[in-house]
Amino acid sequence: MSGSSGKGTTRRGFMRAGMAAGGALVAATAARATGAGPDPLITEVQDWASGFGDPVDATPYGLPTEHEAHVVRRNVEWLTEGPVSSINFTPIHALEGTITPQGCAFERHHSGAINLTKQDYRLMINGLVDRPLVFTYEDLTRFPRHVLTAFCECAANGGMEWGGAQLEGCQFTQGMIHNMEYTGVMLRDLLAEAGVQPEGKWIYVEGADASSNGRSLPLEKALDDVMVAFYANGEALRKEHGYPVRLVVPGWEGNMWVKWLRRIGVYDQAVESREETSKYTDLMPDGRARKWTWVMDAKSVITSPSPQVPIRHGKGPLVITGLAWSGNGRVTRVDVSLDGGRNWQEARISGDAKSKALTRFHLDIDWDGSEMLLQSRAIDETGYVQPTKDALRAIRGTNNVYHNNGIQTWWVRADGEVENVEVA
Amino acid sequence: MSRLPETLTAALLATAFALPAAAQPLGLGRAALPEEIAAWDVAVLPDGQGLRPGSGNVLDGEEVYIEMCAVCHGDFAEGIDNWPVLAGGGGTLADDRPVKTIGSYWPYLSTVWDYVHRSMPFGTAQTVTVDDTYAITAYLLYSNNMVDDDFVLTHENFTEVVMPNADGFYIDDRAETEYPLFTAEPCMTDCAASVEITRRAVDLGVTPMEDGRPAGTLPPLTLASADTAGAAETEAEAEPAAEAEAEPEPEATAAADHDPELVAKGQRVFRQCAACHQVGDTARNTTGPQLNGVYGAPAGQVEGFRYSNPMTTAGKDGLVWTDTELHAYLESPRAYMRGNRMAFNGLRSEDDRAAVIAYLATFAD
Repeated sequence: MSGSSGKGTTRRGFMRAGMAAGGALVAATAARATGAGPDPLITEVQDWASGFGDPVDATPYGLPTEHEAHVVRRNVEWLTEGPVSSINFTPIHALEGTITPQGCAFERHHSGAINLTKQDYRLMINGLVDRPLVFTYEDLTRFPRHVLTAFCECAANGGMEWGGAQLEGCQFTQGMIHNMEYTGVMLRDLLAEAGVQPEGKWIYVEGADASSNGRSLPLEKALDDVMVAFYANGEALRKEHGYPVRLVVPGWEGNMWVKWLRRIGVYDQAVESREETSKYTDLMPDGRARKWTWVMDAKSVITSPSPQVPIRHGKGPLVITGLAWSGNGRVTRVDVSLDGGRNWQEARISGDAKSKALTRFHLDIDWDGSEMLLQSRAIDETGYVQPTKDALRAIRGTNNVYHNNGIQTWWVRADGEVENVEVA
Repeated sequence: MSRLPETLTAALLATAFALPAAAQPLGLGRAALPEEIAAWDVAVLPDGQGLRPGSGNVLDGEEVYIEMCAVCHGDFAEGIDNWPVLAGGGGTLADDRPVKTIGSYWPYLSTVWDYVHRSMPFGTAQTVTVDDTYAITAYLLYSNNMVDDDFVLTHENFTEVVMPNADGFYIDDRAETEYPLFTAEPCMTDCAASVEITRRAVDLGVTPMEDGRPAGTLPPLTLASADTAGAAETEAEAEPAAEAEAEPEPEATAAADHDPELVAKGQRVFRQCAACHQVGDTARNTTGPQLNGVYGAPAGQVEGFRYSNPMTTAGKDGLVWTDTELHAYLESPRAYMRGNRMAFNGLRSEDDRAAVIAYLATFAD
């Protein structure tokens, strides 16, 4: 008994010292663990090594441990007028591997995430088809099922950085992205069921929410790899990701991935909805705008170290990790620079590099404790090399808003703190 | 007798060839009925496909617009706060701060009609009638100096309207203009003589922060900080438990007045209000006033909010937000007080109103 209360005092004392002394404590702790004496966490029997842990069923559907409570979606309040038509950001700085858990994958709603049941769900296909049809959720489950992994990136990911470095952390600068393994039915199979007529060249997909906003897709894409999905990462879609049914449009901007999908219209032309004219068009320096800029070009970012993940362990072995992706296919190579783009070395691609999906890269270095200007650049199977922000600005100016796939620079200082900077 | 199977076989073969090879229907789903298609297929295309017969003029449009749209978009379509500006901005698209409006940017009038009809007003979508949609669209053309005040927009003259920026768009040309530049073999060594930092995000100070660091910064791993902090907090809370019994009386009484289930329901109903109103510790005035302390208080008196004249006057004349008044107001905001700015159709369900009022009461001062 007295032993355990003594331990508690020691640990609280530790914390107070930490608050007062800041960085000095890090070194002290390290010394304690490695040299100064036996570590009480090892030499003393801990509560968890003696008593019981949680029984089964303590959480019938588990959440992350409370110790990871900081790993959550976050928003930037000044970006939008209110939270119903808004966006938040995936904590990519705190994740590893390639799959994004649904619970922390960024949300973008135009009129809030609606509560729609499988029983109330209907999907209509109409327009230039032989047989205008209505499907129930159950009908959809009877079509041949497919599995694919794809990244979903908001066209505006990095949009705030067009004018220059603004936000501290890749969660905010590159976090409008997630990557999930979807199960569903191919859109082409549903269209075949309705029978697309020869004049049908475009489809228009729209959601059941109050924004009911929709996007036009050329028929070739619709017949290629577009999925009507109802599972993500092995479980039903979460409400905020379109439960019970969303569209998956691999490689193309997130706005086209209509959630709560309710209608597919077949037309002879693009609908030119608000979301593909007023928004999601790319204003160029001459005052004209690009439209139908659907593909998300190759891009990468170092997720750690980054402003939200300073280096706290000092010099020596350092794992640099990041994400790379391309809407045009597979990422074949990722280069990393430690000196702001003067010299580059090839990083390891860890695991499978899937087409139009997030790809994890690692570079293991021996950090000498000096300043670094970290950059990464993705190269995809078409040979496209992720450009610098300035190379993009030279073509597109700074009013473009969308499709900023420029190279990110992190300034790692000698004390391990990291800043979002731009270099020239 | 033997001819019949042959005929059948031939017919089957013909059917098979008439269908795309891999597209044998599974027979799933059912026919969509014309009424269902009419209800859900509301898309209007640039060439006028999908337009419903009807008409509306500028003056009627102004009236409907003031009632339904001005709360966010402004009386003159100038946009309140960050809500979209709908008029003006002509000739600014190549400027440092382009103003993208219906008049300066949108290429097709069909987009305006379609969007107003299907998605507006924000929070009460799909409530604008066909004729009102024509009228609002006519008023927006007028606001953009594209038509005179006697203009009448109908399904018949709709496609005659040409938007000023109709030719301002071109199809994605990245494959021609950018990909050739970005597919060269990249430089690996000595790619630049020197590299200087030209901008630092910290200089702007616009990142969400927590404890002096960017929000979401990972905690140190070398402290058992999460465990220890958790334990310390629990103990800190536990210690003053004895004295706590006496203190928080007032709050407890206020909260006890409200059925927690009703308050929880009210919180859900409040989502309809949350586009314009905030409550709680961080609440501020946005499109609508923040609502802390409004329950039981005189009308029109939240500090710093610009109310309509009728609301300000009503408050001065003694209107107080009691249960009864809130019920009447929330049931039909426009009928309750003509000329007030709240663009909300109202809560028809008495239960919903009771719930949201109970919820608001928890934020009474």
